[in-house]
Amino acid sequence: MNLKLDHQMFLVLNVVIGGLVLASVIGFILSRRVKSDDGRATIDNLNARIRAWWIMIGIFSISFLIGPAGSMLLFAFVSLLALREYVSLISTARADHRTLFWSFFVFTPLQYWFWYEGWYGLAVILIPVYAFLFVPIRLVLAGETTGFLDRAARIQWGLMICVYCISYAPALLTLSIPGYFKQDAKLLLFLVIVVQLSDVFQYIWGKLLGKRKIAPAISPNKTWEGFLGGVTSAVALGTALYWMTPFPPLVALAMSLAITLMGFAGGLTMSAIKRDRGVKDFGNTIEGHGGILDRMDSICFSAPLFFHLTRWFFVTHPGWFW
Amino acid sequence: MRWVNCRPSSRQRVYFANHTSHLDFVVLWSVLPRLLREKTRPVAARDYWNSGVRKRIAVNAFHAVLVERGDKMADGDRLTAARHTLDMLLEALGEKNSLIVFPEGTRGNGLQVGPFKSGIYYLWSKRPDVQFVPVYLSNLNRILPKGEFLPVPVISRVTFGAPLCPDANETKDSFLAKAHDAVCALRDV
Repeated sequence: MNLKLDHQMFLVLNVVIGGLVLASVIGFILSRRVKSDDGRATIDNLNARIRAWWIMIGIFSISFLIGPAGSMLLFAFVSLLALREYVSLISTARADHRTLFWSFFVFTPLQYWFWYEGWYGLAVILIPVYAFLFVPIRLVLAGETTGFLDRAARIQWGLMICVYCISYAPALLTLSIPGYFKQDAKLLLFLVIVVQLSDVFQYIWGKLLGKRKIAPAISPNKTWEGFLGGVTSAVALGTALYWMTPFPPLVALAMSLAITLMGFAGGLTMSAIKRDRGVKDFGNTIEGHGGILDRMDSICFSAPLFFHLTRWFFVTHPGWFW
Repeated sequence: MRWVNCRPSSRQRVYFANHTSHLDFVVLWSVLPRLLREKTRPVAARDYWNSGVRKRIAVNAFHAVLVERGDKMADGDRLTAARHTLDMLLEALGEKNSLIVFPEGTRGNGLQVGPFKSGIYYLWSKRPDVQFVPVYLSNLNRILPKGEFLPVPVISRVTFGAPLCPDANETKDSFLAKAHDAVCALRDV
């Protein structure tokens, strides 16, 4: 795995930055023209989001240029921040302290180290098997039985979502796809662009046309119009980007569809947790967006599926399907 | 960090907070603006903070005032110790310093705020000109609870409330109740 900046990646990054410039200009014009209080709040939030996008894309691009180690470190750090937001939000007991310490400072670094070393077998079972068993054992040793299953499940869930699932994104860099050597970085970029733009498109379509709520009990801002418009736009965009991936156009379409649907499901699931805990966002780390986990929720769910689909059809069983 | 009905000020103040973790005074002190930090001294228990590395942290880095805790003393000793403590606090307060105190006297479990010891009342009766500012520290007990030495990075929050405005004829119990309520009220803001 090697992340030299080939001309395709260079082109895509430039287009992304161009898009941001465009968004900033539109945001600026809107902030001049909208006068009503309600509209102002929406535009201020929009501009805060755009500013945060500049920072996020800046950090992402720099880690990208450093190479695989940079990407692994970035996502490991994102996992730690996400786990921190998750643990802060759910209630944990005094007796969970040592188990939480292990989760933050042993399992999270190990997970990313295994991926970095390319130890696929260990990386895919570390948390679902070993951490899964370790958590209840460590909790038993702490000697507190009140809410035992609850407490164990909460910690296991946090590790799975915030560490295991997120780690699949940089794990794309470890795939050695025949005919696509040393270009894996573009696959990660593809995933991030499709997932994040799907969120952005859903937000825009929802704001423009949104009427029929898709899940009023869970996330009142999500509408059918936003969902369908967002998924269609993101899939169209993903298909149009097929040349930066190892996929033929139709496969790029199917992959984009899988990514956006899982991303949507992820956003909805994480909303259910927030609703259950009575908060709107996981934190306030990113201005306008809420916490890291609010931004990562769709990646959590789409990265594992995208990784395994790609691995199955293009690494272990190339040509199996057609 | 949030300031609710209260602003950072260079006035002399006593910040009093709930106590759940060794991190408490470090965190409270570090969220103050730089200019105020230089003049703000935490009050800590001598029996814990007066040896080795702990002493170096408390005394050298934070200019902590180390005081005796009365819990384990005979009644007579306790009275002398309490007088001595009060004198030390008054001296530390001096003309321009502020103090950080934890009136519960020991670390709680983070769920309820324990009863306040009377020291803060005597401090107020000697120096009613000083502002008494309630502070609520949330989640610090989850970062580093009592009896643990390895921290877990949970998001925590420091909430400053409006300074107490006691009547001139406040009794000990009514003052302590007011102070206790002021801290608890910040929990749900």
